Amino acid sequence: MIPSSVPTDYSSVKPNKPWQASSKDRAITAGIFALSVLISSVSVKLTGFSGKLGFFASFVIIFIVITASREYLRFGNALAKDTFVNTLVAVGAFITVIPIVSIIYTVVSRGYKGLYPGLFYRDMSLNAPNDPLNVGGLGHAIIGTLLLVFVALIISVPIGILTALYLTEIKGKLSRPIRFLVQAMSGVPSIVAGLFIFSAILLPITKDNSSLLGSLALAILMVPTVARTAEEVLNLIPNDLREAGVALGGTQWRTVAMIVVPAAKSGLITAVILGVARIAGETAPVLLLAGGGDKFNYNPTSGPMGSLPYYIWRSFGAGSEEAIARAWTGLFVLLLIVFALFAAARFLGNRKVGK
Amino acid sequence: MSTTETTYVIPEKRVVTTKPRFSDKVFRGVVTGGGLTSLVVLGLIFGFLLYQGYDIFKSQGLGFITTSRWDVTFDDAGNIISSDFGLSAMLIGTIICSFIAVLIAVPISVATALYLSFYAPPAIKKFMVTVIDLMAAFPSILFGIWAYAILMPTGAYWAKLLNKYFGFIPVFSNEQQVFDSSPFIASLILVIMIIPIVTSISREIFSQAPLDRIQAAYALGATRWAMIRAVVIPHGRSGVIGGAMLGLGRAMGETVAVYTVLNLVFAINWKILFGVGGNVASLILLKFGEATPYEIKALMAAGLVLFILTLIVNFSADLLVRSFGGKGK
Repeated sequence: MIPSSVPTDYSSVKPNKPWQASSKDRAITAGIFALSVLISSVSVKLTGFSGKLGFFASFVIIFIVITASREYLRFGNALAKDTFVNTLVAVGAFITVIPIVSIIYTVVSRGYKGLYPGLFYRDMSLNAPNDPLNVGGLGHAIIGTLLLVFVALIISVPIGILTALYLTEIKGKLSRPIRFLVQAMSGVPSIVAGLFIFSAILLPITKDNSSLLGSLALAILMVPTVARTAEEVLNLIPNDLREAGVALGGTQWRTVAMIVVPAAKSGLITAVILGVARIAGETAPVLLLAGGGDKFNYNPTSGPMGSLPYYIWRSFGAGSEEAIARAWTGLFVLLLIVFALFAAARFLGNRKVGK
Repeated sequence: MSTTETTYVIPEKRVVTTKPRFSDKVFRGVVTGGGLTSLVVLGLIFGFLLYQGYDIFKSQGLGFITTSRWDVTFDDAGNIISSDFGLSAMLIGTIICSFIAVLIAVPISVATALYLSFYAPPAIKKFMVTVIDLMAAFPSILFGIWAYAILMPTGAYWAKLLNKYFGFIPVFSNEQQVFDSSPFIASLILVIMIIPIVTSISREIFSQAPLDRIQAAYALGATRWAMIRAVVIPHGRSGVIGGAMLGLGRAMGETVAVYTVLNLVFAINWKILFGVGGNVASLILLKFGEATPYEIKALMAAGLVLFILTLIVNFSADLLVRSFGGKGK
């Protein structure tokens, strides 16, 4: 005889998931949230604890007090502490996100005004930064940045990947010191890299600005990024592949060139893209070495070369309303480039290594 | 009997050897050469900056880092009569700004890393990891100009509040009531710039916390916080300190972002809310444009000091991360 309280049709019974928040829990949390907003907005109005900062602080304190004391009454001390920490770390994460949202919002809202088609194919040789926004452009700056980055890429990618290969394939006695040195190199301030090229090449040899020198300084900054990311990628290649290559009679050179590197191809491209993203907006060495050109220059070895950071820097320094708007537009374009590079790196990085 | 005579040629015995082939020797040589580039580059940086700045170190001696001045006097023909260079205000300014930045950034980063590793729902986690990685790729000029336009007014307002309620503490005092372009605001932008670095290192270290102990803690009935305190924090403490020092190195070398928000003055200033500060990297950028050849030598010497400072910080960070990072305790 089945008791009548036990259902016979189990299709209508939903499984219990005690580890998930039930809709009742969610409603209570939302209620506490709304209550905290209410209390803190009242306190902002009535007490001296005012402004956005005051609101945020009082909201966090009130929310923490209510949730923690509720947990304390329901389950006791341990759970109350857990809730307290949970809210605290969530607030930390929220604080981390605020500046990036503000940065993107500011750049987009102030930068879109200066956009017009001519921006991308005109240069500033006949215009000052203070001119109205519908004349002049940053075509020369985009070309300059592309040339700077491209030459730096040619120099630094082989060095970076060779360093990574040494660390993963040869694993010699020097692995540990080299890993140390790559780490140290990634900490070299960009201005010091610029000063180094200035003192080693510009002062004694060329005595004049050129974008090639800028690229050399950028290469110094790019090598560690490429090397470290490539090392991580090459470490992911299963050792079986290497052993299989050697067992088939391949030399180490053939194994690395025909098996390991092709298997890691998309990861290595990600490493290069991350390196490019690191240097695309680098300002200080470009200001020291590449000079600042206001017209199209396609020759990396001579003459001042414009670049996006220089364009932004110069417009920002000019100070008038139009010039500042130009700087924001330049930042908008630079941000778009960084976005595109980052998305490309994500896309390639998410694909499985070994394909 | 029609068997054809077949002659069997016995091949010579294959030589089995572990001696690497010629191609391998070349390969190993090239790769080792590439691997040593970092050593060569760091050595060259040190060498050239020392070579160019040697005159300054010789004439200024220890005064180059213990005094605070930047005077060059010319006669009518444009020759240098006397020159005095000293970096102490700039060095102390650099160290103050980057230490404050690390002090503020580390708690926020650790909280973010803990949230992402143990509390966040998967969707939020994925989104925030992307956003933080993106933030690490932002160019410093973007931070600099944003800081000048947006952070400066807000930061000055916070500084006023700090001064109003904690002004009795000497560090927060500000008799002149000048709050713009202070070391405090420069520290705030450095905070924002190093949070992504410290967060991703902390997250990596937390993710290496031994899973068996985490599960053992849960199985004993621990709450998430109890588990974190018992397993994750003891495991990750030194790694996080190493990550903080990496952030410190990055903050010390930052140029453009600090330059746009800091008012460089050759006077040692301990009052962090007062709009007077120093920064070696920004000094180099500021003086470089109009520098005489002799001043450029002084800037090279300043660059060398900065280089050595960041090198020391980075090496100690690396030691900490590597020697303690991967081990459980």
